[in-house]
Amino acid sequence: MSDTNAFVQTGDAGFGDYFALLKPRVMSLVVFTALVGILVAPVGVHPVIGLASILFIALGAGASGSLNMWWDADIDAVMHRTKNRPVPSGRVTAGEALGFGLALSGISVVMLALAANLLAAGLLAFTIFFYAVVYSMWLKRLTPQNIVIGGAAGAFPPMIGWAVATGGVSVESVLMFAIIFMWTPPHFWALALFMKEDYSKAKVPMLTVTHGRKSTRAHILVYTILLIPVAVGAAFTSIGGPFYLAVAVVLNAVFLLGAYRIWRRDEMQAEADGYLVEKKVFRFSLYYLFLHFGAFLAEAVLKSYGLGGW
Amino acid sequence: MAFREEHEIHKRRFSRNIGLGLILVAFVGLVFGLTVVKVTLVGQKQGFDHVVRPELLPQEAKP
Repeated sequence: MSDTNAFVQTGDAGFGDYFALLKPRVMSLVVFTALVGILVAPVGVHPVIGLASILFIALGAGASGSLNMWWDADIDAVMHRTKNRPVPSGRVTAGEALGFGLALSGISVVMLALAANLLAAGLLAFTIFFYAVVYSMWLKRLTPQNIVIGGAAGAFPPMIGWAVATGGVSVESVLMFAIIFMWTPPHFWALALFMKEDYSKAKVPMLTVTHGRKSTRAHILVYTILLIPVAVGAAFTSIGGPFYLAVAVVLNAVFLLGAYRIWRRDEMQAEADGYLVEKKVFRFSLYYLFLHFGAFLAEAVLKSYGLGGW
Repeated sequence: MAFREEHEIHKRRFSRNIGLGLILVAFVGLVFGLTVVKVTLVGQKQGFDHVVRPELLPQEAKP
């Protein structure tokens, strides 16, 4: 981290600026996957406890976002996508973002322990530590595999949700974790292919910068192939069923086709059509994850009517 | 005459204070709700509290 005190505060921050520190868009994915983790678990959770748990998981995710914005303020300032974030734009000081993140981390973990159980709280604490320290402080600026390992932080919420309901970890929760973990690299590398200026300028060792774009295209295909057995295999566990299997087969076939088309292209073709395929695959990857977890949820609903499952 | 001139910074502070106030109220409501649910889920509990309660005494088997 460079000297983040160098960012001059332009005035008092509004409420929205503090809310922006929590990375609300990332939080929406966290809320959804954690909710699915709770709802598909074989043990019922009281709605108030479920709601409170989701809120504290989201708060913990937001806290790690704030810590990330404190540490990465120098990178954010040079990247077009992030230069208007509260710290680089001077609306919130780096110290405030740090204090805000630490306070919310403590509140979210303690409250989740009280609302649900110690395992769920422990997993949330580990997620915050992993995102803020292992990913942001350690790996992001060190290795081009930063996205692969950092993806684990985003993969924990359904596992935490499952732990809220059951108080444990199982094959099902590990598979939900694995789907997000394996999905993250192709998702972000597709983005990195058409946002190339940003990462080069910030000197973040993205795969596109260190290994070249051809290698990145190959990595996207390989990770997509590795993702398929995990995503489809989840159909044969207690949270899957015929409906999930059908959805997973279609989604994975489309994703694989997209990854294959990315791999087949070279930079000339991509430049010519303005990275059309890469943008399409990136957009589809968002639906891919949402629909997989939506299908888990649908199976749980069908089961409650005696229809889902094997 | 106004005590002091209204500045854009005051609006921002006001939004921050209102937002924080609402969040604190919601947090209190949530903790209250959680407490009610947790206590309800545990169910009725009785223990010795320095008052004789015949229903807490072990029942003797009837011949």
